[in-house]
Order: sequence, then C-alpha cells, then structure tokens
Amino acid sequence: MANRILDKTAIADDICRFIIEAPKIAKKRKAGNFVIVRANEYAERIPLTIVDSDIERGSITLIVQSVGKSTRLLNSFCAGDELADVIGPLGHPTLIESFGTVVCVGGGVGTAEILPIARASRASDNQVISIIGARTKNRLILEDEMRETSDELHIVTDDGSYERQGLVVDPLSDLIVQGIDIDVVYAIGPMPMMRAVAELTEPYNIKTLVSLNPVMIDGTGMCGGCRVVIDGKTRFACVDGPEFDAHQVDFDTLIRRNRAYAQEEKVSLERFENEQVARFEGLV
Amino acid sequence: MPCQLPEARRRNFCEVAIGFTEEQALLEAQRCISCKTPICITGCPVEVNIPHFILSILKRDYVGAANIIRDKNSLPAICGRVCQQEDQCEARCVNAIKGTSVGIGRLERFVADYQIDCGSFATPFIAPPTGRRVALVGSGPASLTAAGDLARMGHKVTVFEALHKLGGVLAYGIPEFRLPKSIVGIEIRQLENIGVEFVTSCVIGKTETVDELLDEEGYDAVFLATGAGLPYFLNLPGENLAGIYSANEFLTRVNLMKGYKFPEYDTPVKVGKRVAVLGAGNTAMDAARVALRLGPEKVYMVYRRSRAEVPARAEEVEHAMEEGIEFKFLTAPTQFFGDTRGWVTGMEVIDMELGEPDESGRRRPVPITGTEHSFDVDTVIVAVGQGPNPLIQSTTPGLNTTKWGNIITDETGLTSRPGLYAGGDVVRGGSTVILAMGDGKRAARSIHENLMSTNCSRN
Ligand SMILES: Cc1cc2nc3c(=O)[nH]c(=O)nc-3n(C[C@H](O)[C@H](O)[C@H](O)COP(=O)(O)OP(=O)(O)OC[C@H]3O[C@@H](n4cnc5c(N)ncnc54)[C@H](O)[C@@H]3O)c2cc1C
Ligand SMILES: Cc1cc2nc3c(=O)[nH]c(=O)nc-3n(C[C@H](O)[C@H](O)[C@H](O)COP(=O)(O)OP(=O)(O)OC[C@H]3O[C@@H](n4cnc5c(N)ncnc54)[C@H](O)[C@@H]3O)c2cc1C
Ligand code: FES
Repeated sequence: MANRILDKTAIADDICRFIIEAPKIAKKRKAGNFVIVRANEYAERIPLTIVDSDIERGSITLIVQSVGKSTRLLNSFCAGDELADVIGPLGHPTLIESFGTVVCVGGGVGTAEILPIARASRASDNQVISIIGARTKNRLILEDEMRETSDELHIVTDDGSYERQGLVVDPLSDLIVQGIDIDVVYAIGPMPMMRAVAELTEPYNIKTLVSLNPVMIDGTGMCGGCRVVIDGKTRFACVDGPEFDAHQVDFDTLIRRNRAYAQEEKVSLERFENEQVARFEGLV
Repeated sequence: MPCQLPEARRRNFCEVAIGFTEEQALLEAQRCISCKTPICITGCPVEVNIPHFILSILKRDYVGAANIIRDKNSLPAICGRVCQQEDQCEARCVNAIKGTSVGIGRLERFVADYQIDCGSFATPFIAPPTGRRVALVGSGPASLTAAGDLARMGHKVTVFEALHKLGGVLAYGIPEFRLPKSIVGIEIRQLENIGVEFVTSCVIGKTETVDELLDEEGYDAVFLATGAGLPYFLNLPGENLAGIYSANEFLTRVNLMKGYKFPEYDTPVKVGKRVAVLGAGNTAMDAARVALRLGPEKVYMVYRRSRAEVPARAEEVEHAMEEGIEFKFLTAPTQFFGDTRGWVTGMEVIDMELGEPDESGRRRPVPITGTEHSFDVDTVIVAVGQGPNPLIQSTTPGLNTTKWGNIITDETGLTSRPGLYAGGDVVRGGSTVILAMGDGKRAARSIHENLMSTNCSRN
C-alpha cells in the first residue's frame, strides 16, 4: 500500500525518524530534495527533507521535529499507519562538486537535512568537516551518522550539557581563525543560526549555502507562497531552491513572512492538544 | 436565473446561482426558434448540437437532452456553470439580435444537474481494447476530456496529477460557490467507471519524467495538460510583505485545503478588514468574492483599465457588484507599505487613462502623473495572470516552447517530440475551460489516429 510507515523511532526529545514506503521517490531522490507530506485528509501539506533512501526496500527516511500541530500530528503516527500523501522528490538537489574542503553545519533538526549533504560531499571526494549542535543533549540527533561521514566532527550544545558549550558558529569561527582553507559551507538549521553563519563567512568570502524554510503549500511552483528575496529578486524556494547563496538571502523578509500565521498556528496547536487530552481521558 | 440573495450569499460558500426550475427551463427552451442553420453551434468550441438538446427539453426528455450534450461535451454540469456563454454560443443566438439570447448555458446546467440528480448516466459505447496506453499529465478539463475520449476509443488511460485532488483549476481555483466540488467529483467518477486510472500526488518531471513514462513505463503517447500554474507578480516595492498573496495561493488555501473551515481543517487563511484584489479576470473575481466570504469590512477590486475591458465573465462581475465588492477602475498599484512586523498596511496607487489599443486590441492604460494616492489595506491578493509551470518543459529534452514557456504544438496538438501532445492552458496561456476541452478532444483524436496507424505494439 502507498505511503505506509514501515518503521518509526523516537531519536531524541520530540524528534522521530520515519521509514516510509515510497519506491518512486526513493529511486529519484538526491541530497537536498524534499517531499511534501499531508498526514490525513484534514492536514496541511508540509515540506520535509528526504534524509535517506533505500532503493531496494523502496523507502525514504524522514526526520520530524514536533513544532506545531502538523508535525505533532505526524509524530503521533505509528509504524503500519499510512500517510495521505507523500509528494516528491521536490526542489533542486544540492550543488555538490569536488570543492576540496566543505564544512557542514547542522543546527537542531537541521542536522537531519545536512546529513545527506555531508554524505554526498564525502562521496564526491571532499574533505568533510561537520559541526552539529542542539539546545541540549537530549535533542542532539544523528551523532553517529555524522561522525561516520565526516573527517572531523564538532559538537556543541547551547547549555553545555554535552561536548562543547556554545553555538554552531563558534567552532566554525575557530576553523576560520585557524586558517583552515574552507571552500564551501553548507548550513541548515533555525533561521537565526543560518543568518549567523552567513554573517560570519561573508567577510571571508567563503561560499555559503543555506536551505530556506518558508511556508510551502504545493511545493511545485504553483502558489507563490514560498517566495523569498534573493539578491533583491523574488524567487520561489520550492522550485528555485530550497538552497540559496547565504550572502544573498534577505533573512528579514523571510522571518517576517514565516510569522504570518503565528496566531492561527497557536489556535491549531491548542485545539490538537485538547483533543489529545480528551482522547487520553477517554472522552472522545 | 434564480440566485441566493446577495446579503445572504456574501457570507456563505453555498452555490450562488440556484439554477432553473423545470418550469423556468421549459419557458426558456420555448424561446429557441430552432433556426434552420443554427449558428449558435458555430459559437461552441466543441460543437454541441444546441437546438437538438433544447428540443429534447421541450419534449421533457431531460436525460436525453443531457446525453445529446455529452455526445460532444463530457463535462456539461461544469460548462453549464463556468463557460463564458455570452461570448460564445449565446453571442450568436438569433434572439440576441433583437433582445436577449436563449439562456443556453443555464439550460445546459439544468439538464446536466437533472441527470446527476437521477443518476441515470448512459453506459457509453467503449471500443474493444486496442492494447495501447496513453499517459495524461494534469487533471484539468483538457485531460479529463482527452481521457474520456481515449478510453472510449479502447485505449488504456492513466491520468497523473501533481496535487492530491483531481480537477485542475476546477478543484483548486474555482470556488465552491460557483462550482460545487461534488459536481467535479461526479464527472471524474464517470471516467473511473469507464476504466480511466488516476494517480494523484505524482509530479511529472520530478517523481517521473516524460521520457520515463515513454521509455520505461511503456506508454505509447503522452498528453501534457499541465495548465497555467505559475503566478505572476507585479514586482513592486513591498510585494513580499506578509498579507500579500498570489491568487493561486489564496484560492488554493481556501478551495483545495479548505482554509475557510479552519481550524477543522489545518491550513489557515487570513484576511483582515480591508482587502484589495489586483486584476479583473475570472481569477481576480473569484479571489475577491472568496475574500468577501471570509468576513472583511471592505473588498476592493483594483483594475488598471475601465469597466468595458474587464475580462471576467459578465455574470460573475454582476454578482461581485451585487455582493458589494467595490471596483476601483483605471487605477494601478505602485507600491505597498507595511508595519514593523512586516504585515501589509497600505498601498499606493496611481490613476490611469486609456490610450491607443495595444497588441491585445484593448486600449493601453497610461498613468496620469501626479495622481498617486494611498489607502489602507491589510490584505492584498495579486491576480494579474499566470504562466505555464516550467517543471516539465525543463526536464523534457527536445520539447519546443515559446519564450513565455508555453508548449508549441501543431494544429493536431502534436509537440516537437513524436508521441508527445499538449493542450489547454499550457499551450494557450490562461484560457477557458471549453477551449481546454476542445484541445483535449482534438489531441485524443490525433493520438488515436497515430496509435492505430503505427503497428508497433508495446505490450
Ligand atoms: C524545504 C524544507 C525542508 C524541511 N525539512 C524538515 C525536516 O526534515 N524535518 C523537520 O522537522 N522539519 C523540516 N522543515 C520544517 C517543517 O516543514 C515545519 O517545521 C513544519 O511545516 C511546521 O508545521 P507545524 O504545523 O508543526 O508548525 P506550525 O505551528 O504550523 O509552524 C511552526 C513554524 O514552522 C514553519 N511552517 C509552518 N507551516 C509550514 C509549511 N507548510 N512549510 C514550511 N514551514 C512551515 C513556520 O515558520 C512556522 O512559524 C522543512 C521545511 C522546508 C521548507
Ligand atoms: C480562479 C480561476 C477561475 C477561472 N474561471 C473560469 C471560468 O469561469 N470559465 C472558464 O471557462 N475558465 C475559467 N478559468 C480558466 C480555466 O479554469 C482554465 O482555462 C482551464 O482550467 C485550463 O484547463 P487545463 O486542463 O489546461 O489545465 P488546469 O485546469 O490548469 O489543470 C492543470 C493540472 O495539471 C497539474 N499539473 C501541473 N503540472 C504538473 C506536473 N508536472 N505533473 C502532474 N500534474 C501537473 C496541475 O496541478 C493541475 O491540476 C479560471 C481560471 C482560474 C485560475
Ligand atoms: S510552495 Fe507553492 S510555489 Fe512554492
């Protein structure tokens, strides 16, 4: 059957890994591609990066962090359940070449999105230095996978509960100061993090790519809802991106547009939580 | 035609036009004078035998009348609602010379609805299987028409749709109060009944390419009917403020994702107190009327030409005016303003006058310098047109397109690649349901001829 969840594991607080049956997408996907997922008939269409795929098993891996209603709903699904829709692979694959030395920076659930890029960079004969970070130890994901695919791995936590205390820009800044010759930086994570990386690398003229996360609906270039401003021009993140040159991104516009539905998101989440409580108490 | 009263309908999503009663239909049908040479037929892009179906109405054989239409037009309940009849069949009606033409569209809708209500669909004749397979890309009116015709000719037909719902613009664009989605669903079920297979959530060019359909999956021909799903913007300062939607996004949130039922459905849609819609085509009209139903105090329609040039269907313009949408003609936006949160708060516009006709034959709007002025809005919907979505064009080598990305075909619908056909908005640019259907019919015919004349079978 289509879009069946073959396997689900909680890999950190509020973060789950799903293996989903999607043979056609598995065959096609490249690092940087994403899918649009609709959990059920009432759900939003939300974008999620394809973290991995298994052509033989005909499956893709998604890693989902609970933020609001849609991601919580997804994370309440179990192995054996089916998702209403999984559409993809969408977006441009990441630009991967034999650059020399690449630094892969993943913040929070962004580490899930950086992993396929780190792997593809490794496969293209790059020296891969990775930096991953999380708010706290219990939210750090994919440490083993990142270690395995990186020549060097730096880990930071905001609160110092694991490895080095700090932000992902700290080890990156050290590398630059040490004079390591960096050809490309890929950075994926929360918007302030990507912006901080962009601001750090810009004066050094280090090519930096970030994966933008505007609100998407169709993911095929039809609605224009995902528009972002790159080098002063309007682009659609779902088809022109989602990765762009970090030094050309207008982060302010993006951050503001992403807040457009804050009020509605709150209503939706509260409603969902109340329903969950009611179900738990046997009221529904 | 009877309608819901404006005061009531401006706040609900139920169908605006209620449709003829049997008595009204009979009275209207009597106005047809059964011309010897019925030129109304020449105004119909798919050549429905209009006097013949009206005669059946007079005989009170409504299902028979519907079947006469279906002989040429597989989507009568849809066309009866959204066709621009006043520019087509009705424009040629002899009655129109002296007074008002026969309400052909309304009669079409009456018999189509009658047939749906009593569920008596004739089982169409289906030719024996030919062993040939055709892939249709997109599920709008062009594909639905081609699918029906090809299936009846005995071919195995699969329709691939990128969205999770079938119907193209009929599903994601045209709102429920103008075209109930249940009607689109019924027409699609008729196609399933004759063996058409539908695959949703499959983006051709991404999930599978056209070449893979032909080379790996063994389709003998492909028909591209991917529509015009690339929204245009004006590229004015402030256009990326929050609260500024493209019409596609706005209508998709409401129609496809059921945003008007938020939070029962999860996708929100937000309109403030003062909405401005830019443009005056069918899309703009739909966006304005949908916005109105979400409860703002004021909806403006900002159009740079005058009332006479409005491209939308006459009926929809009238309905919009009755519902209280305020038209600002000869007005063009120049920039948008926002607050510190980045939400749109106002727009500046400039007055226009009409100059000499341009390439489109319409008088060119010219700004009158010094007339800039601003007004407050907290929601803006940009409905200034759309182009073809480039996904397929960019992943199909050898497919010739215009500089706007429209696929180029010959008069049979054949593209620059053998076995590859195209029709509807992706060829014509923003067009109409009936012309898209005409393209679907024409392509089906030439695909059929081509498949039956070549001996290669790919079984
Ligand atoms: C290309 C891309 C790849 C992504 N990959 C992943 C991933 O691998 N794992 C993961 O956990 N998350 C990923 N995200 C983010 C994920 O889509 C959002 O967290 C999710 O949509 C939030 O929905 P929600 O209802 O749970 O939260 P909400 O409460 O609705 O929103 C929380 C925040 O998420 C953002 N958001 C809301 N709706 C959408 C939407 N439809 N599209 C994009 N962003 C939205 C907004 O900034 C919002 O403020 C990706 C986003 C993009 C654009
Ligand atoms: C809001 C609105 C109101 C309108 N009102 C009227 C009206 O009243 N009367 C009238 O006659 N006309 C009207 N029109 C125009 C009319 O709807 C279109 O001319 C007609 O729908 C075109 O049909 P089509 O089959 O070419 O494509 P569409 O209806 O556009 O369908 C194309 C389909 O292809 C799918 N698709 C695109 N790319 C891919 C891909 N790569 N893979 C798979 N699927 C893909 C899309 O998701 C879409 O579902 C209106 C248009 C809009 C937008
Ligand atoms: S999500 Fe609709 S255009 Fe990108």
